[in-house]
This record gives sequence, C-alpha cells and structure tokens, in this order.
Amino acid sequence: MRPFHYTRPESLNHASQLTASSNAVPLAGGTNLVDLMKLQVEVPRKLVDLNRIGMETIAEAPDGGLTIGALASNTATAVHARVRSDYPLLSRAILSGATQQLRNKATTGGNLCQRTRCSYFTNIDQPCNKRQPGSGCGALGGVARLHAILGTSAQCIATYPGDMAVALAALDARVEITGHGSHRSVPVRAFHLLPGDRPERDNVLEAGEIITAVTLPPPVKGRQIYRKVRERSSYAFALVSVAAIVAMDSGRIARADLAFGGLAHKPWHDPRLADLLIGEQPSAALFDKAACLLLENARSHGENEFKIPLTRRTLAAVLAEATEIDL
Amino acid sequence: MTGQFTQDAPETECLLDSMRQDVIGKPLVRIDALAKATGTATYAAEYPVKDCLEGVLVTAPFARGRITGIDIDTCLACDGVVAVIDNEKLIARCAQGTAGEAPVQEVRKVAYWGQPFALVVAETFEQARDASKHLKITIQDDDLSDIPCDPQAVEPENQQYSSQGDLPHAMTEAPHSVDAKFTTAGHASAAMEPHAAIAQWDGQTLTVHASLQMLNYNISELADAVGLEENQVRIVSRFVGGGFGSKLGISAETVAASLAAMQLKRPVRVAMSRQQVFQCVMRRSETSQRMRLAAGKDGTLQGFGHEALVSNLPDEQFAEPVLQSSEFLYAGDNRLLTLDLARVHRMTAGSVRAPGEAVGMPTLEVAMDMLAEACSIDPVELRLKNIPDRHPMKGTPFSSHKLAECLQQGAEAFGWDSGLRKPRQRREGEWWIGTGMASAARVHNIAKAKARVTLNPDGTALVESDMTDLGTGTYTILGQIAGEMLGLDPSNVLVDLGDTRLPRGPGSGGSWGAASIASAVYVACKAIREKLTKYANVTEGELNLKDGGVEGGASFAQLLGDKELREEGHYEPGDIEDDYVAAGFGAYFAEVRVNAFTGETRVNRMTGAFGFGRVLNERTARSQCQGGMVWSIGAALTEALHFDPRDGHLVNCDLAEYHVPVNRDVPELEVIMVEERDPAASPIQAKGIGELGMCGGAAAIANAIYNACGARVRDFPITPDRVVACMPD
Ligand SMILES: Cc1cc2nc3c(=O)[nH]c(=O)nc-3n(C[C@H](O)[C@H](O)[C@H](O)COP(=O)(O)OP(=O)(O)OC[C@H]3O[C@@H](n4cnc5c(N)ncnc54)[C@H](O)[C@@H]3O)c2cc1C
Ligand code: SF4
Repeated sequence: MRPFHYTRPESLNHASQLTASSNAVPLAGGTNLVDLMKLQVEVPRKLVDLNRIGMETIAEAPDGGLTIGALASNTATAVHARVRSDYPLLSRAILSGATQQLRNKATTGGNLCQRTRCSYFTNIDQPCNKRQPGSGCGALGGVARLHAILGTSAQCIATYPGDMAVALAALDARVEITGHGSHRSVPVRAFHLLPGDRPERDNVLEAGEIITAVTLPPPVKGRQIYRKVRERSSYAFALVSVAAIVAMDSGRIARADLAFGGLAHKPWHDPRLADLLIGEQPSAALFDKAACLLLENARSHGENEFKIPLTRRTLAAVLAEATEIDL
Repeated sequence: MTGQFTQDAPETECLLDSMRQDVIGKPLVRIDALAKATGTATYAAEYPVKDCLEGVLVTAPFARGRITGIDIDTCLACDGVVAVIDNEKLIARCAQGTAGEAPVQEVRKVAYWGQPFALVVAETFEQARDASKHLKITIQDDDLSDIPCDPQAVEPENQQYSSQGDLPHAMTEAPHSVDAKFTTAGHASAAMEPHAAIAQWDGQTLTVHASLQMLNYNISELADAVGLEENQVRIVSRFVGGGFGSKLGISAETVAASLAAMQLKRPVRVAMSRQQVFQCVMRRSETSQRMRLAAGKDGTLQGFGHEALVSNLPDEQFAEPVLQSSEFLYAGDNRLLTLDLARVHRMTAGSVRAPGEAVGMPTLEVAMDMLAEACSIDPVELRLKNIPDRHPMKGTPFSSHKLAECLQQGAEAFGWDSGLRKPRQRREGEWWIGTGMASAARVHNIAKAKARVTLNPDGTALVESDMTDLGTGTYTILGQIAGEMLGLDPSNVLVDLGDTRLPRGPGSGGSWGAASIASAVYVACKAIREKLTKYANVTEGELNLKDGGVEGGASFAQLLGDKELREEGHYEPGDIEDDYVAAGFGAYFAEVRVNAFTGETRVNRMTGAFGFGRVLNERTARSQCQGGMVWSIGAALTEALHFDPRDGHLVNCDLAEYHVPVNRDVPELEVIMVEERDPAASPIQAKGIGELGMCGGAAAIANAIYNACGARVRDFPITPDRVVACMPD
C-alpha cells in the first residue's frame, strides 16, 4: 500500500471537485478498493470518502419507481420492503453475492464499479492491459477459467464480476451521475464498457464524476428470477448468472428481459432475445434458439470453454422455470 | 525422576479402564474454547512486544533462474525502512515435517514462482510493505519455455515399486475388471492463521513466538538455519490457528524474523500475506493415477493395481504417499503398486492433512464403486467381501480392524439401500438425487514423546510439554488423561504446552499428536501413582484415586504433606511398529443432489463411521471427524490449486479464489465412533483421528454424483463443468 491522502467532504459538489484532480478516487464501503490498494493494484494519491454526503437513502421515485442512494448498503437494499415486493430479482441478486459482512459494507455505487476478479489483474507481477495499459494480457493463454466469452477483445478478456448490476440490467435501471456541476443519467445497460482497445476503462465514469443513485423504473409484471451458477454454494463469483423478468399471456411469452453475468466485461443484455421470445410459446426448441442467438459470437479461451454449454443450459433452466414448462 | 516406556508388544491392560475419576472419553468442551471465541487467545503475531520492527518478505516473480543482484538503495530510502535482510541464511523453501535441519537456503537460486529471497524491515508494517515493492533485482531467468511446470511433461523418477503375482494377467482373466485413470488437483492447507513470527534476540538467546506444529523438530531446524546451538533458541507456540501440515516445518517468516532480530538487535515481526501463504508454503501435489481392479464373479478381488504420478521440486525427498493405504486395505493376490515423482517448478510439495490417503483413497474408492457396478454387487457388500485377514503382501496381522463394523453401522445409520443400484432414479424438480459410499483408511502414526507431570499436595496438577495444540483439543485431553490417572477433576489440571523450554513432545502432525503425547502423560502419571502407592501403603491395584485423593480416604494434602510429586514420562514406539499393520478405518455414506441443468452438486447429508482406538474426548474426536468430512467435501467439489502453465505461478492464491467449503456447503454431518481398543497402537490404546475423516470421503460424494445423474467424473474436484461434460443427456 502506498501512502495516500484521505479526505471526507460533506457535500457532493466538494466530493466531485476533489475527485476531479488527478489520481483521486471515491471511497465508499472500501471492500474492493482497499483490498486492491493493499495489493498495489490501485495506487490512488487521494481517497475521497463519500460516507458523509448523505447518499444512503432509498426513496420512492415520482413515477412509481425507486431511487437507491449510491451509499445505500447492499444489505439495506436487499431487505428493503419495496425492493423485496416489486424488484425481488434485485434482492436475490444482491443476496447471492459475497457474504453478509461484505454486503453490510458494500454500497450501490461501489458494487457497480467493482473491478474484475481476473487474477492477472490482481497480481502486479503479471502483465495486464487493464492495470497497466500496453503491458499485455496475462489471462490470454493463461488460466482463464473465469473469463469472458462475449464481447472480448485482443487486449482483455476479463469479466465484470458482480451480481447486483446484472439484475439492474434486466430491470433496465439507470445510473445517476453528478460531476463538473452537471448531472447525467445513464442506463445500467450502457454504464459498463466493453474492453475494446481501452480495457483500463471499466465504465463511462469520468474523473470527477460520482454516482449519486440508481433509479429503478416502475415495477413491471412478470416472474423475476436470478440464477447464479457456482461450484460452491456461497461466497463465490458466478460462473454464469442469469437475471430474468418473464411475463406470460395466454400461453405465450409477453415479456422477456434477460441479462447475464459472468460472460462479459459488462452485464450482458442482448435486445434480440426479447424480440425472439416475445409472442412465442415456450419450448425447449425456442430456448435453444434463444441460446444460439445469445452465443452466436461467443468465443472461449481455453479453460472457459465450458461457459458456452453452461450458459445454454442455465438459460434453458431459467426460462423453463419462468414459463413453468417441464424440460 | 523419569518413567520410561518403550512399546515392543501389545498392551492389553490399560490403567485408564480401571480408574475412578471417569473423565476419559467424556465430551469436555475445549478449555481454550472461550478464549478463542472471545479473541483473548494470543496467536504468534499478537504478542505485545515493545519496539517491535515489522518485516515483509519479498518474493521472486519468476519460477526458475538466478537473482544476480539486489539493489537495496531505493528500498532503504523509503520512509521508515531500517534494513533489507538478504543474507545467505534465509531459507528458500519450508522444511518438510520432521526434517530437524534447515531446508534449502540458497535464496538467490530461484526454483519456484514466489520464492522468498529477502526481508524488508521498517518501523511500521505499511512502510515495510510499500518499500518491499521498491526492491529492485537483476535476474538471469532461464528460458521460460524450458521451465517444467507440467508434471506430465517431465520424465518422472520412480519412488516406490512393489509387485506380487501378475496383475496384467489377472486383468485379462478376471470375469470383471476396472481399469480407470484419475486426476486430483493440488491442495493448499488454507489454515486460517497466516504464518507469522516475532523474534527477539538478547545477545544470547533467540526467542521466537511462532505458529508451528512440531516444536521438537522446529527448534533444530531454526537453530541450524540461523547458526545457533539449540540451547540458544526458544520457540513459543501456545496457540496455532490451524496448520494442516503447512506448519510442520519452519518456513521463511520464522527464519527471516530471527535473522533480522539478531542483526538489528530489536524485536522483529514477520507475518506472511495470504497470497504469500499460498505461494510459498507447502502444497499437496496434484496427482494422476491409474486404478486396476480384477475380480471374480462374486466380486472377490484377484488383482489390485494402483499407480500414481505426483510432483515436487528438485532435491525434495517428499513424494505424496498416494498408495499408503492401498497396500493393505483390500485383498487380491496379484498386486502392482507404483509411485512416480516428477520434478517441477512449483512451490514445495509436502504434507497437507492426510498426505497420501487424502488423494489415494478417493480414487481407489471410486474404482471400487465401478467394480461393484460391474459385478452387480452392493458396494458395501463388495468391500466387506474383500477385507483381508492380514497385510496382503507382508502377511503381518492388523493391530485392530473395524472396517466391517464401520461399514455396517454406517450403512444402518444412513439408511443405505442395499438393493440393485442404478443411476438417475430419483429426481426432485431440477435436481437428481443419489447416494454413494466409500471406505476410509489411514495409517496410524505414533512418535516418541516426553511430558512432565507434577502432582501438587493441594490437589492440582501441572502437565508440561512443548507439544502444540492446533485447535484440536490437546490441552483438554491431556487434562483428562492426568485427571483420570491421578483422580483429579480436569479443571484442576493445568496444561502448559507450546514452549521449547518444556520437555520434548511429539509435535502435532500425521494424526500422531494425541496418542503420542497422551501416552507420555500416561507414563508419567503411572510413575507418580507408583510413588503414591508407597505414601498410601497400598498396591497399584488398590490405589483408587478420585476427586483429589484416595477414594473415600486421605486427600493428597494429607498424604503428601507439602511435598509435590514430579515425574517425566518418556514414551517410545518400539519394535511393535514392524509387527503389526496399524491403521484407522471407517466408512462414509453421502446423499447429494446434482442440478440436471447446471451440474452443480450439493451434499444433502453425510454419515461417517470411524474406528480409531480409544476415544479420549468424545467432543474433540467428533470435531476431528467432522472437520475431515468437511475437507472431503472440499476435495470432492471445489478445492484446486491452479498454476499458470507458462510461468508456473499459482493463479488462485487467496481464500476468495481457492474454494474451501463454506457453511452452506456442509450439511448436518453424522459421526459414529465405533469404540475399540488397539493394544498395539499405543499404551493408551488410542490411534490417530485427525486425518481419517478425509481419507476417502470425496469418493462417497463422487459415487453419489454418479448414482444421482450418471456422470462418472474421474477428475477431482468435480466442478459443475465436469459434471455437465460427463452427464448423459
Ligand atoms: C471475498 C469477496 C467476495 C465477493 N463476492 C461477490 C459476489 O459474489 N458478487 C458480487 O456482486 N460482489 C462480490 N464481491 C464484491 C463486493 O460486492 C464489492 O466489493 C462491493 O460491492 C464494493 O462496494 P464498496 O462500497 O465496498 O466499494 P469500494 O471498495 O468503496 O469502491 C469500489 C470502487 O467503486 C468506486 N466508487 C464507489 N462508490 C462510488 C460512487 N458513488 N461513485 C463513483 N465511484 C464510486 C471506488 O472509487 C472504487 O473504484 C465480493 C467481494 C469480496 C471481497
Ligand atoms: S483479461 Fe483483462 S484484466 Fe485480465 S489480464 Fe487480461 S487485460 Fe488484464
């Protein structure tokens, strides 16, 4: 860990000003950032603690949706009465992640911005384009069991590891961002970036920008499922995860909002899946078609080959459960 | 005064059975439990030491080559840095269990990725850690393409070869046979407490608070490494937060802290980071194995072959003893057992809980399941049929043998259905449900041990030894032994362990701790009793002690006045080790569910029945069995070290990425202790129990997965991807 400055501003404006300076980063729960600082993967000169700004509230939005403050703890969000009744998908996704102790500290903003678990990224004696642009990608040709199969680039094959954001992508939530005196709202589906040739960038945030909240649209009808596949039943990141909101109308699929975790550098949302599924009667053949479409451009990197069949099978299981058919 | 006992023949009579205090075997709570639960037990790094400097180990970021120069100036210029220790006495590898001498000390000759080569010492830990990243080295690394990191790619050395009859012939002749290949992944001990030490040097004596398992050997290893006489070294290790083999021998932190303290004349603390613990202490070797079983129509074994390939660093003697229990567990006249060792550049391979059986038994027991299916015999029946009367090659008798009872009692408690078994018979929603079983076997080890016991006239006693307690309950059982023998409530027995100033114990390792040290305490107590007979004017047979004195008679105060009785007990295994095969036996039964879509496996319930001689404390023995069964779940489903094939570095080196089972993976574990006495195992008729719980359990789970969904996975751990790949659709 390098020596660093620590400040704890009382206002959002001040925080945003402070983080605009070079190599200053926001600190929320610290469960990801501090770990990475100990390993010297992150070497910020200044930490700007967001915990005194008052962004932890969870409030009704005027349109019937819900606004979750950036500093609301993952636990607070997961147990919130309205989250549980109207967005159970979100609650389940959060509860499937990490451990109780970590969720008590982890926050909405921090969770969205958590960095990849690629072990070449976290080992500073290995090459990594994300940590050190231009140094090469250690995972390519290495142990890439947990790495991405969709949207990868020749520079980086890392995954975004989180669960919460996968649910938010299925729910089509928005990330509220303040910085440089202005505000913008970005769909979660567009918040994280693909690695391309700039893998050092995880998401659209610019220096000086701070996430203030996530807003959920008014609740929609349909069954909500979060399925996380992993070898041990808790305290493990997803090999593959599927977030689904599926509604049926007279035996046909009327809504199919799907997002996937563990497959890409971002929660993966493919709008073509809804187009394919809506209006159709559920069947094994249909689910298979959906999987083929989803995985059309999938590319494995050695050991993560298994993610392709596993995604196919998990998607089938989730759709079968959602549409109540037996496979 | 000393009581001496060398066991050359079975001890059929044991005083513990005729004593009156009635505390042996009782489920006493560990006496240190509260201190541990409340955080008041002091672990190695936690001793408050004034003026203590902090050291951080620096490790090599390459797997093979030479460090030709270390530029310490940038590092020394960092805030707070006091020194960089890069002297030639630092150790490059950890010592193997029972080595008793320094391990390889050529730190500049790098043999594996993550090998420690220097220590940065600073006023604070943070300063040392930061500065350690500024240490510049020049290296001459060998051609990367030339680094053997893959055991399959090197020409192995044969370590063990034994053959009897003609196995290949038996295989072709037998009506039923199994010929299957397996792999098991490397394992880490993953003890909760990282390796840590605080060293102090007063110009004459080196005192080290360390986290070590076998102080009796560690003192020689440390003295040898730093160039002192043993009488100049004191090691204290009162509490150890788990070792599982990784703390059998000394590791880099203990030596580095000592050298730094001696050079700087100030106390120095060194604690490994979690990543360093994974990268530079003992690993269990990965294995590849071939099992060949040939059986008659009725399942009687005619041929038995077990061949294994394991790995280690160049120059290391240790080869994971995969075949250890295969030698004697089942009958079969035609036998072939071979063990090969590949030299690779991964960190030292050594003992991790149940070395050998932990990975040898699961493969054997899956092969037995395959054979049962081939013969259409109930797998429990197949095992019962093949229990040999004597060692199948040497002809030596077993000291005691409870496999049959364990199989029967386990099957009954579990509700084992002995009907014809077929996979994919039970489905609940998305989940296939199945059951499986396996035998357990683990060789019994025992070691020489000394302990000192003092009986005080006030009705208290003191037990002393440099024995360690790894959290297993050693403190508690020694209080029970002395209490039983001397007629004292165990709460009146003070047990003082983990300090090399005390008599040499056996150390904790290889499951030998309890039986060995308890035997020494037993011998010492016997000597005290002998003296007491004189004070009480009775014979040994008439000396009934209870609650601080003679039962219904004089108290110790009345008997002894103000005189205390002190005896050392010396116990040695003796010739008996060659006359008998001594082993713990058992059986596991597991029910699992396997997700038909995702291949995820969860254990629904598990029963283990074990016979391991006398039970000294029902609660701590049960905990050991359960702990072993938890390890079985890890070995079956999740635990694997992943090495980068190009540079040999360990990829998953923390507890988030190396997956030991979590609470939710572990169902209710039923433990049946099949009580027995083993007169040849030790004078107290007890055997080891620390490892037996994980010697085959992974196979019960693997066999249950097969029974559930039809996926016969032969690569451990059985992760979802492997299940999916083998699952018939
Ligand atoms: C062992 C372990 C297991 C885990 N398992 C899982 C799992 O299974 N699933 C899962 O989803 N997660 C898992 N996590 C990750 C965990 O969810 C994250 O660490 C946590 O959500 C991060 O939140 P935080 O508030 O602590 O973020 P911090 O560590 O404080 O910050 C993380 C990053 O976000 C930035 N940041 C924080 N808040 C803001 C803001 N308001 N605006 C802009 N930037 C901000 C920080 O600058 C930093 O870069 C695990 C973590 C650990 C340590
Ligand atoms: S996959 Fe991405 S994060 Fe991992 S080593 Fe390659 S560049 Fe770095």
